[in-house]
Amino acid sequence: MRSLLFLLRKEFKQIFRNKSILAMIIGMPIIQLLIMPLAADFEIKNIKISIVDHDRSVYSKNLIDKVIASGYFQLNDYSTSFEQSFQQFEANNSDLVLEIPQHFERDLVKLQEGSLLLAVNAINGTNASVGSAYLSNIIGQYNQELRKQGLSASIAMPATIEVATLNWFNPYLNYPFFMVPGILVSLVTMVGIYMCALNIVKEKEVGTIEQINVTPIKKHHFILGKLIPFWVIGVFVFSLGLLGVARVAYGIIPVGSMPLLYSYLAIFLIAILGIGLLISTYSQTQQQAMSLAFFVIMVFILLSGLFTPIDSMPEWAKVIANLNPLTYFIEVMRMIVLKGSGFAQIKSHFLAMIAFAIFFNGWAIINYKKTS
Amino acid sequence: MLAVTLDKIIKVYDKGHLAVDEVSFSVKQGELFGLIGPDGAGKTSIFRILTTLLLPDGGKASVMGFDVEDDFKKIRETVGYMPGKFSLYPDLSVEENLTFFATLFNTTLAENYDLIKDIYVQIEPFKDRRAGKLSGGMKQKLALCCALIHRPTVLFLDEPTTGVDTVSRKEFWEMLKRLKTQGITILVSTPYMDEATLCERIALIQDGKILSIDEPQNIIAQYPDPLYAIKSERMSELLKHLRKHPEIKSCFAFGEYHHISFKKDDEAVHKSLLQSLETKGHKQLDFKTMEPSIEDCFIRLMN
Repeated sequence: MRSLLFLLRKEFKQIFRNKSILAMIIGMPIIQLLIMPLAADFEIKNIKISIVDHDRSVYSKNLIDKVIASGYFQLNDYSTSFEQSFQQFEANNSDLVLEIPQHFERDLVKLQEGSLLLAVNAINGTNASVGSAYLSNIIGQYNQELRKQGLSASIAMPATIEVATLNWFNPYLNYPFFMVPGILVSLVTMVGIYMCALNIVKEKEVGTIEQINVTPIKKHHFILGKLIPFWVIGVFVFSLGLLGVARVAYGIIPVGSMPLLYSYLAIFLIAILGIGLLISTYSQTQQQAMSLAFFVIMVFILLSGLFTPIDSMPEWAKVIANLNPLTYFIEVMRMIVLKGSGFAQIKSHFLAMIAFAIFFNGWAIINYKKTS
Repeated sequence: MLAVTLDKIIKVYDKGHLAVDEVSFSVKQGELFGLIGPDGAGKTSIFRILTTLLLPDGGKASVMGFDVEDDFKKIRETVGYMPGKFSLYPDLSVEENLTFFATLFNTTLAENYDLIKDIYVQIEPFKDRRAGKLSGGMKQKLALCCALIHRPTVLFLDEPTTGVDTVSRKEFWEMLKRLKTQGITILVSTPYMDEATLCERIALIQDGKILSIDEPQNIIAQYPDPLYAIKSERMSELLKHLRKHPEIKSCFAFGEYHHISFKKDDEAVHKSLLQSLETKGHKQLDFKTMEPSIEDCFIRLMN
């Protein structure tokens, strides 16, 4: 016990002497949480649109006004030939072309139908799909309004179904509310895996581990002496992010129970530090550890449901996502922070995380041999 | 009692490279024993096996009666090890490093202060300096203090004088002699042949095999032929000519001179050699008898 205390004291001394690690512990969560949620915003605005209007009628004018007034689109050019707009397309100046044919108004009034051409620049997949969806929606609304006004009284009104959407738990679809808890999880992961792995590998690289190994110190004391400091740092970074940045900058106040959230964090950190320990057992140099940790963190973050919903992933990716501790913690974060879920709702998440913690640490300890 | 014994120790690294090839020797308690050999001879592997950092692939070894495989925990409590590469925490101060290692051995700096006092007083003025910022000689002294802090019964020093200046090397050997008087068994490895005579007994090692184990004086006394040194203006040509000469038994470059021995050793042969060299255009020939050194013995055993 006494030697563990001394190991811990030595570890903290070293950490607090390393200016760049201190800067990382304090600076990284603040800066990343301030920048990332605002930049990584999926709500797409400022889609540039080119409009080709062959009709130049009141109806076509109304439609264009409606599109621009929606706030999502920015009029790039307004022309009378598709070729001209297509050039804008090719120059990557516009994302969408809406072509209104000649006699649009006449056909609508007389034949009760009109057609529009929508061309999408699919270079940027998200912009293309989201933009065309917005535009179709606006055109649909416009269509409905025309029907309500009763274009021609002689024609009977077909029944229309109106859909009203209500956003639960995040009524204004405030994007940071959704992203900040998730990004906080990825931050804690990075701090945990990188610091833990690099610290242990550094002892190998400098050769100090040899000195430690010829002392009678116990294996588990050495490992605990490495894990506990980074566990504490992980809790600190998380608290700084949640109680500091998320509250002050975004006004996010967790709805659910804090003790529940922190107990989950405690288990999550054990699992994550186990991964860091595992990486360190497979690396001889800090460079190797860094590359390996980078790869693992990259896969974990991209397949965690942080940026893209897991439900829309292919089956094989879903399997990976389900084997990813981040997936569970991000879900738990969103459930507790936004929804106020209780223990009953996240019981299975707890079990999964305990399994991860046992699995990764067990593997790492088997692989970590004091005598080679 | 024997402090260290090795019985046919084998260590094979990847690709079948035999780093330690059936090495057997023993070290008496309180002895200053030297393992002498060039880089890559297997010195560090032997040290790592004895300090329980590496498992042997064959053979038996023990330190203070404890087996290196079965009783490794006991060995770790009793030995001191100073690796060839400086491996203390560079971001901790001199004093913090010492205190830290003392604690790991469940002891304190004060408890064994008398043992390290002579060495520690030299670095004490810098005790608040980070270990990484010390000079090479200071680092070495600190490493020795850390290896001694728990009063080990056997001290393993892996190439302690490699990369250290001549004055510090001399000082270091003085320190070892003083430690020996405290009854500590010391195993030291070195690639410097001139340090061999400072040990009580030495083992010459090459390519994982022991060439000879004895007191340095005995090894030198066993050198079979009278040895001569020769030099001229053009040393590289001289070496070629000497090697072609039918009467020469062995010839190798040795610093300023070439060391040679003859197949049949008498005045007439010496004269005929010098004459034949002069006819080949060597001027200012200097020829003299030579006491063999450990290095001469090593080179002879190597071939």
